[in-house]
Amino acid sequence: MKLFTWATSPWGQSVPIHIAWGLVWVAAIAGLFFMIVHSLYLIVVKPPKRFANRKAEASAAAIPERVPRHTLTARLFHWIMAASMITLLITAFLPKLGIQFNWVLWHWIAGLVLTASVLFHIVHASFFLDFWSIWPDMTDLRDAMNRTRRFFGKDAPLPSRFAKYPLENKLYHGVVMLAGLAVIATGLFMMKRVQTGILVRNPYLFSDMTWGLMYVLHGLAGVGFVALTLMHVYMGVRPEKFPITKSMIFGWMSRDFYLEEHDTTRWAVKGTGSKAKQGYAASDGD
Amino acid sequence: MAVIRDVMPAFDLLQPDTAADAQKLLEQNGEDAWVMAGGLDSMDWLKDRIKKPKVLVDLSGVEELKGIRATGDGVEIGAMTTLTEIANHPAIQKDYSVLSQAVALVASPQIRNQGTLGGNVSQDARCWYYRDGWPCYRAGGNICYADTPVGRNREHAIFGANRCVAVHPSDSAPALIALDAKFVIRTSQGERMVDAEDYFVGPEMDITRLNILKPGDLLTTIRIPVTWAGAKFYFEKVRDRNVWDFPLMNVASAIKVSGGTIRDIRIAVNAVAPRPMRLKAVEDATRGKAANADTGEMAGKLAVQGAVPLQYNGYKIPLMRNLVKRAIVSGQEAA
Repeated sequence: MKLFTWATSPWGQSVPIHIAWGLVWVAAIAGLFFMIVHSLYLIVVKPPKRFANRKAEASAAAIPERVPRHTLTARLFHWIMAASMITLLITAFLPKLGIQFNWVLWHWIAGLVLTASVLFHIVHASFFLDFWSIWPDMTDLRDAMNRTRRFFGKDAPLPSRFAKYPLENKLYHGVVMLAGLAVIATGLFMMKRVQTGILVRNPYLFSDMTWGLMYVLHGLAGVGFVALTLMHVYMGVRPEKFPITKSMIFGWMSRDFYLEEHDTTRWAVKGTGSKAKQGYAASDGD
Repeated sequence: MAVIRDVMPAFDLLQPDTAADAQKLLEQNGEDAWVMAGGLDSMDWLKDRIKKPKVLVDLSGVEELKGIRATGDGVEIGAMTTLTEIANHPAIQKDYSVLSQAVALVASPQIRNQGTLGGNVSQDARCWYYRDGWPCYRAGGNICYADTPVGRNREHAIFGANRCVAVHPSDSAPALIALDAKFVIRTSQGERMVDAEDYFVGPEMDITRLNILKPGDLLTTIRIPVTWAGAKFYFEKVRDRNVWDFPLMNVASAIKVSGGTIRDIRIAVNAVAPRPMRLKAVEDATRGKAANADTGEMAGKLAVQGAVPLQYNGYKIPLMRNLVKRAIVSGQEAA
């Protein structure tokens, strides 16, 4: 299967015009393959959930029953971004599968919503949340190494509990960030190629080759999101991950889950004010 | 414009005798098949070597697709009936003259002798960037060469543009919409019938087609109901060369007038959008009003609301306003 579709420009130059739409199926199958392999791994191998002992046990009594994880603002951002992303995927790929509708209008509107929400997120996460909580740190890398060594039967210390986000979440965020920035940057330029009523149409902004590569990058990131979205939804509905999903809806996770999965020193739940006494506590909540 | 290269690419020529066989062949060959009616649009594509079908299904031998027949509820025109035959047919001239006027203004006498009604409504867009084989949106690419700051778009759309700004070039289409015609399509699932206006699709739905025909589908018949027989008709085509040209714009209307008042009306224009446009807002606004210049003025202004001209086709707005006005005023003579 060819990865890209090529065309001859009016000047005789061979230029890529978009990805081969068969890649949509490749991405969908990759996402389904991940689900099957991951499910089989958990069913067949049954890996024990083992963490190293805490260096300093937090007093369970000092931790509220409902540990705040995501602020309302952060949750709103997440679900607005999710809605725009689903809209973008539907409007991008259903027409390629033969379901015809006026997709361009909804696609660029959803794209602008995604762009606005991501810009907001960058500012919000940089200045109002714990910016570094979503980035892998040395402990994550050391624990990942230890987990890998133990998986292959080698001696290695038990990994520590997670900080606010497990390494997998952080890596997923990184991949989504790269793919997201790719579709947003290329998509904003591509708005110069269609009638939006916002920008004056000018397809000669770049050379045919540059445009072609832009369309290819947009398409590759787009089909990447098909696989990434399938994986994300799958992980979100897995029973052992469901408390994390619930926290993205209600904003909090239970004290038991917090103590079971998270290192209280790496992700400290702060505050013992009046809210904490009622069952809530302050946190960075991103 | 494209350079005719004379030698067509090789293809298998299939010449069925019946509509059933023709549809079966189209179904069997799917995307690889090309349907040829009169061959006027087809020969351009094939000789320019821009379309290279593996199979060409020539409908010229399918007799059941030819001819004009009276039915209990109007007339039925086979898709392979020539435009000349329709233009000269007494029943069409008497009861549905908007159609005979429209097809009589298609291209030249030779082309009308060869061209068919099915071919006229199913022909492809005439945008020269597209016809020249450039990789535009309609050709499966990612650009519209006509809608750029320097694109030549004098003949292009002022309505309904969606990436592609090509217009539908048919003269018979607006007349058939005005007559509330039904298009009969033979498909692998059987026969289906659609309203004339629903036969055409814009680029927002499918940018590579101008109509709803999918691979394997065959337009067999166009039925014109008796509903509008004998109404006051109007057809006007504006073109650069009056002896032989595609429309810059055309308008077709059917009006039932009683006591100087418009009792009912259907009006459509073409070459202003990627599909023929039925002007429902104009119909609603003029129904019950006097068929006079004031109503025509109002209708013309209403018709062009929402028009978005390109760099070189701003003239189409006053042109459309005046054509619609004249179509409405034409009802005055019957009052």
